[in-house]
Amino acid sequence: MSKEILTGVYFMQGDIACAEGALAAGCKFFGGYPITPASEIAERMAERLPEVSGVYIQMEDELASIAAVVGSSWTGAKSMTATSGPGISLMQENIGYAVATETPCVLINVQRGGPSTGIPSIHLQGDIIQARRGSHGEYEMIALAPSSSQEMFDFTIDAFNLAEKYRTPVFILSDAFVGHMREEVIIPEPERIYRVPRKLPDSGTCGGKFRGFLDEDVAPMPIFGHGFKTHVTGSCHNDFGQRNVIDAEALDYYIKRLNSKISKHAHEIISVSQDVDGKEVALISYGSCYRAAREALNILEDEGIRQVGSFRLLTVWPFPRNQIQELARKVKSIIVLENNLGQITPYVEAAAGGQAEVIFLPPRVLGTLHDPATIVDKVKEVIR
Amino acid sequence: MKLVHPLMKYVRPGAISTATCTGCGDGIIAQAVLRAIDELELNIDDFVFVSGIGCAGWIPSPFFNADTLHTTHGRPIAFATGVKLARPDREVVVISGDGDLAAIGGNHLIHAARRNIGMTVICANNGIYGMTGGQVAPTTPLGLKTTTTPYGNVERAFDLCALTDAAGASYVARWTTYHARGLTRSVKKALTKRGFSFIEVISQCPLQYGRRTGVGNAVAMMKGYKENSLSVKKAASLSEEELKNKIIVGELVDKDMPELTEQIEKLRRIHE
Amino acid sequence: MSKAKKAEIRIAGFGGQGVVLAGVILGRAAVLYDKKKAVQTQSYGAEARGGGARSEVIISEDSIDYPKVMRPDILVAMSEQALDKYLKDLKPGGVLLIDSELVKNLPPEQRFTLYKFPFSRIANDEFGRTIVANVIMLGVLTGLTRLVSFEAMKSSIKTSVPKGTEEMNLKALKKGMDLAKVP
Repeated sequence: MSKEILTGVYFMQGDIACAEGALAAGCKFFGGYPITPASEIAERMAERLPEVSGVYIQMEDELASIAAVVGSSWTGAKSMTATSGPGISLMQENIGYAVATETPCVLINVQRGGPSTGIPSIHLQGDIIQARRGSHGEYEMIALAPSSSQEMFDFTIDAFNLAEKYRTPVFILSDAFVGHMREEVIIPEPERIYRVPRKLPDSGTCGGKFRGFLDEDVAPMPIFGHGFKTHVTGSCHNDFGQRNVIDAEALDYYIKRLNSKISKHAHEIISVSQDVDGKEVALISYGSCYRAAREALNILEDEGIRQVGSFRLLTVWPFPRNQIQELARKVKSIIVLENNLGQITPYVEAAAGGQAEVIFLPPRVLGTLHDPATIVDKVKEVIR
Repeated sequence: MKLVHPLMKYVRPGAISTATCTGCGDGIIAQAVLRAIDELELNIDDFVFVSGIGCAGWIPSPFFNADTLHTTHGRPIAFATGVKLARPDREVVVISGDGDLAAIGGNHLIHAARRNIGMTVICANNGIYGMTGGQVAPTTPLGLKTTTTPYGNVERAFDLCALTDAAGASYVARWTTYHARGLTRSVKKALTKRGFSFIEVISQCPLQYGRRTGVGNAVAMMKGYKENSLSVKKAASLSEEELKNKIIVGELVDKDMPELTEQIEKLRRIHE
Repeated sequence: MSKAKKAEIRIAGFGGQGVVLAGVILGRAAVLYDKKKAVQTQSYGAEARGGGARSEVIISEDSIDYPKVMRPDILVAMSEQALDKYLKDLKPGGVLLIDSELVKNLPPEQRFTLYKFPFSRIANDEFGRTIVANVIMLGVLTGLTRLVSFEAMKSSIKTSVPKGTEEMNLKALKKGMDLAKVP
């Protein structure tokens, strides 16, 4: 049996499944710092990485963790860190650095109750906008939102593949509920796990003459240790990595190229699952809220109410604007389920553009799963 | 015949005009590092140079014709830790300033020394924030007037060598830019050490330090370094009072301790 | 519901009693050895020992959409505090299983089926280890409810408990099964 891919059936915690997904994707470096509710990921990686010739290191803080992850990625290693909102807050500057230097890496945020220290073991989808816009400057982000232990495994593999394909950091927006929940996890045979390899320049290429940055279709990554003589900088730079901290035109080019690398390919990155054809009402959800949406749909179906469908964001970022625009033309009402005070709701409203009514529905008590009955009641109120 | 500097072969083509001011000590440090590599006959392609924000961060980036990682403020050692752990066969060298390494990045400095990870950290210590216009630093002498200590600095200066020594570095040395040969010798030593090496270079910032403090231009500042420096050996026999305002130069620590990446390699071998 | 019947179990007590592990063992038995679906969730105070602890398991023949227990069919109370806090959630006609050594004050109402055993005393007296009270409880629970098979529970315990304690824990399970047989 492959040590990287532990094929089999497990009863596994979401956090552990995430670590196994990372290893299955070929992760060879983990740099992190303990924090509830993400520490189980670090503990699993500490145990498992030496088995697969990888490196685990517990850094002195989260700023150092993301820095080490970026440094290791530049040597060619598939790298990740795992933390919660407070840790992400500390990492933000270097997350921007990873975006700017086009460094593939995976960032796991097992969200907890905030702001500030909040409640460590309670789940809140409080960091959705933080993932999108937490670092300074103008940039795009990719983020996936798993809702089960199995998806913690599957989506982490997807996150590594997206990170490699688009040479960019990718977020997993999990939460304390999904991270700590135990469920069945099926780890498939190695040949059924798809790994995107890193695109590298031809050997003999020299950094100074090589366009290793700012390609909308993703430049090969001139990683360290191959004589590429690469110059990597978080300052504004051109296609060759040469710094330019004088011209606004250079900044304009730098920002737009970095952004269009994601936005141009958004249709390939965005993943939604929907069953809304012929429906009147759509329940929009992501992450743990999707579980409540499904249960509400079961109850409604049992009661003979069939004009309601689900629209789930598997990727929260880039935002599925076009898909929601289309949804708004199909249904009369959209109910947005979020375990927060409405973070993606303004985006949904903007995409719906008045074509459908948009209703935000948080759980009665923030930090808990929606009671399916409250969703059912809201649906009945809407279709009345 | 066109004269070419013997170290030009290590300079990135097209990256000639430096960002440093006239009289800056950074050029002496750059030369010491490149000369050490040259004298050891090492291949610069085997190096990864990591630097942070501040004037000294520009010593290797983009000028050294090698893999260079110019990072965020304070974090070069943390980035370099990732590089070294993932590629222990590379020579990882961090070159940055005192603000970057000892103020905002002080925690990474002490933890890298504690881990005894095999990298060389060279700190250009000018005792001030040069790039941002002469503000006080944790290395600024007590009483000095800077743009943010208009009544004189009320905080004590960090002794970075004592700090890294206490944290567990394998090799610690201090020089000034006046001691270019001693510095080059120490860089050579540091590059051949297995563990964590730290070299502090007291370096002149004539514009923000020399001019404001009245010490004078680069030449005057370097003369001061010459006059106020004492070797480690000489200093050993002097009292604390006699050592006041003196710069102790030379090798302060040189010991062999288990290196981090070698320890991690041992963990992997358990599973082979 | 269109979904197959499912059972919701809440095990509550205080930290250090192995309440969370008991839920994990139950869920693992269902998924890995009885080939059912199960979800296990938990909550506890910030302190590792002594605070309130709660472990919940849903076992179903079909996939489980909603992973949270709202109205448990079975409540296991391993402390007075746990009973006070969670009895109100117990489904009418549900099963209440208590550690009679730790829970003395029982409510007068009888809208549930009550089973009481001094798990912690038996653990202490017969095994010299209070910590196996949770496994004795699982034995009783298995015997009374057949939520999972005895074989599945045995296998799950073997793979869940610390190495070297397997034999003691299997004996504790057997003890619980035997207790459940006595009317």
